[in-house]
Amino acid sequence: MRYVLLFVETEQFERDFEAMSQADRDRAVGLVYKWMADHADKIRGGRKLQPAATATTVRLDTGSDPVVTDGPFVEGKEVVSGYTEVEVDDLDQVLHMVSTWPGCPVVEIRPILEMPPALP
Amino acid sequence: MSFAVPRDDKPDQTFTNRQLEQIVREHAGRLATALVRITGDFATAEDLVQDAVLAALGRWPVEGVPNRPDAWLFTVARNRGLDALRRQNNYRTKLAELQWPVQPAQDDRLSLIFMCCHPALSRPAQIALTLRVVCGLTTAQIARAFLVSEATVAQRITRAKRKITDAGIPYRVPDPSELGARLREVLSVIYLLLNEGYLSTAQRGGSRDLVDDAEWLAAQLHDLMPAEPEVAGLLALIRLHRARANARFDADGNLVLLVHQDRSNWDHEAIAGASRLLQRAAARREPGPYQLQAAIVACHAEAGDWAETDWEQILLLYDMLLHLAPSPLTRLHRSIALRYVAGPEAALAEVEALGESLDRYHLYHATRADLLRATDRADEARAADRRALELTANPAEQAVLRHRLDWGEDGR
Repeated sequence: MRYVLLFVETEQFERDFEAMSQADRDRAVGLVYKWMADHADKIRGGRKLQPAATATTVRLDTGSDPVVTDGPFVEGKEVVSGYTEVEVDDLDQVLHMVSTWPGCPVVEIRPILEMPPALP
Repeated sequence: MSFAVPRDDKPDQTFTNRQLEQIVREHAGRLATALVRITGDFATAEDLVQDAVLAALGRWPVEGVPNRPDAWLFTVARNRGLDALRRQNNYRTKLAELQWPVQPAQDDRLSLIFMCCHPALSRPAQIALTLRVVCGLTTAQIARAFLVSEATVAQRITRAKRKITDAGIPYRVPDPSELGARLREVLSVIYLLLNEGYLSTAQRGGSRDLVDDAEWLAAQLHDLMPAEPEVAGLLALIRLHRARANARFDADGNLVLLVHQDRSNWDHEAIAGASRLLQRAAARREPGPYQLQAAIVACHAEAGDWAETDWEQILLLYDMLLHLAPSPLTRLHRSIALRYVAGPEAALAEVEALGESLDRYHLYHATRADLLRATDRADEARAADRRALELTANPAEQAVLRHRLDWGEDGR
């Protein structure tokens, strides 16, 4: 099965990261790269995103023209900061992987909807 | 296509409802594991088990219980399955060829239990699934036991099964590295059934006795994982509670507090059995919250009367329990032991420190009232009892508190 891991950062995590020395920050980033390398056989892609302050949200359900606003769609203390797609046998394997994730403090696991092949 | 029930299967004598439920429970989980193995699909297997259970509860009271209830249930489930899977020929062929008993290649009951109690499912969903598929309860029985509507239970089951399929929740025993955490999840579900059943004993006459299901589940788990001391600890805890259940209520259905219970009504043989079980578990030297709780209850159960209670031992066990699993509720219980070791003033000081976290909990105020009374502060004690009365919805507990308010006695 395929899943997307949505990595979620909190304000506290962001503050702690900022407060680190450059050497500690490098070490933290190194741990994330190592984790990615350790699970390379299951990872099918993914990206780190620019900070939430760079987000733009478009609402199409307002009844009039699309409404464009600055910022993420939920203004909150927790924001999605990246994603990784993985392919494993079942949820327990993802849970096992995620249990050693060295980065942000929250990870949401979402199975990918398997679509039937597109009609020609 | 349909299959006849095996020919030598003549109806047995009549059974009470409770016995019928027990027979169903003995076989529901095994039937479910056999069907999962055949169909490869948990959701389908679960539906078939429920159909077979409903058929059994409808027909056995009229026709009698077959001599081989497991074969009967299997035949019904298989026939329904052949109907339901009309469009899926591969399953149909496999199902049609099957004979009961299915080759017990391996016992999948553990996989079934771990799947039903998977942490990716909500607690109410874990409970409903476990009761339905492992214990063979009907949706209606679960709804009555938890005082919710059948539609609510049915919806929980449907959503949980969809999540199992869509999120890829596996049907297998967790890896050793995850087993500890996953086992705690299963034990929490069983413990919750014990609590729910224990508290509701007086309120819901005639409804399913969830303590019975809790004991059965713990016994199954102990049978499947004999080396896990916490499983044995929880089983001992449940048995120790049950052994004293007869003395908890008087002839009029009033709650009788431990200090006033007639200990000759306790099942001393069951108490001794549970204590031995607990000692064997403790010999592994891996203490855990369930073993410690059981050890505390065993101290009470083995005391000849209230005065003989070994409060120092109980206090020590509470200290160990708090060390492993700190909680204000455990501190509240510990304060009662502290009263008999160090006096009511020391206990009251400890209880007062818990006010912030337990202010909404009736037993906090009831315990405080006891201690205030023991330190000659009768007016404050009455105020605390009144607050406790406001906060409990349990009629049996309300009766005790009213009695105390009327008579000002030390109920403990």
